[in-house]
Amino acid sequence: MKSILNYGLNLLKENPVFGLYLGICSTLAITINLNNALGMGVSVIAILTVSNIIISLIRNITPDEIRIPVYIVVIATLVKAVELLIKAYAPAIDAALGVFIPLIVVNCIILGRAEAFASKNGVAASALDGLNMGVAYTLSLVAMSLIRQILATGIVNFTNPFTNVEVFSVTLIPSQFTIPIFSGPIGAFLTFALLAAGVSAIRNHQPKLKEAK
Amino acid sequence: MELFSLFFSAVVINNVVLTKFLGMCPLLGVSRKTSSALGMGAAVVFVIFGSSVFTYILYYNVLVPLSLEYMDLITFILVIAAFVQFVELVLKKYSTVLYKALGIYLPLITTNCVVLYVTLINITEGFTFVEMVVYSLATPIGFMMVLYIFSTIRERLDYADVPNAFKGNPIALIVAAIMAGIFTSFVGLI
Repeated sequence: MKSILNYGLNLLKENPVFGLYLGICSTLAITINLNNALGMGVSVIAILTVSNIIISLIRNITPDEIRIPVYIVVIATLVKAVELLIKAYAPAIDAALGVFIPLIVVNCIILGRAEAFASKNGVAASALDGLNMGVAYTLSLVAMSLIRQILATGIVNFTNPFTNVEVFSVTLIPSQFTIPIFSGPIGAFLTFALLAAGVSAIRNHQPKLKEAK
Repeated sequence: MELFSLFFSAVVINNVVLTKFLGMCPLLGVSRKTSSALGMGAAVVFVIFGSSVFTYILYYNVLVPLSLEYMDLITFILVIAAFVQFVELVLKKYSTVLYKALGIYLPLITTNCVVLYVTLINITEGFTFVEMVVYSLATPIGFMMVLYIFSTIRERLDYADVPNAFKGNPIALIVAAIMAGIFTSFVGLI
């Protein structure tokens, strides 16, 4: 139990999105509903894990001067493959996310982990790091999208992207009490600012707790 | 007239920062001083315009005839990275003044999502050459405008008494939320 709590706390403190402000463009843009958040999150987990593995495998034969272009080509190839797969098997996600799938290439989390971790560590550790970071990113997306979707529409639903069959749909707030502004840009910035402030409050609080002990 | 409305909508109504949420990293990173905001803005205008023209020509004259359209992403990102590097070298050699003003911002632009976004939109929207030129000038100008306004607000925010948890980026994002509110009211102007 305690280790799960610790894991959660670490996830919060070293959160790539709300703590380090990486990959926030896509976070703000696509977290309108749970479907988009999960589609984006799973794509990023896959790309980040595989790119970390590949970059870790080639880390010893990559010349230091041109490592960034090499990483970018590896990442762009993977993103293109994922984009084509999504277009073929989950057209609903492709329609919803649109240009933000190719823009995963310039998501700082992926290049950041390649440069900071995969280029210096072994394959297994890099794969684990990619998975970890991807999950943290996905959880941030899900948190943002839940807040925005519930406040803006009052409904939480999830549709299977491959078959377009609705898996579940729960109405939490009656439609006359919803705040539609939260599905727009204002709501995106506001939700993000409040969540980031929350994370920074927890971070500021943590050292004091240790001193007290 | 149509070109004007394309220009106006790309600068104000569909502002790339406040409605598409692109280019957030430079918005938070280099908006602390107005001078660096202007420098970054100018560098972005230059890079986006240059790489848009380059990728547009490359796409229609090389990739389409060879039916290699699926290579667009890989080609574009390499062109952008190479172009940024090239501009940096040229500026370093021929204009030390400009290099000193823009130099430190140039490497950051490769990972600025606005650049890749504009080059991709030029293709997916099926713009003609003239429309492409107008669009790829208007979008970074809109970016520069928001970056500049944002930096003037942030310079004053430094003297404000902000709650501890909101210090730094969270309060900047609150400001962005208010600015987004102002910009969404432009919808319907054209």
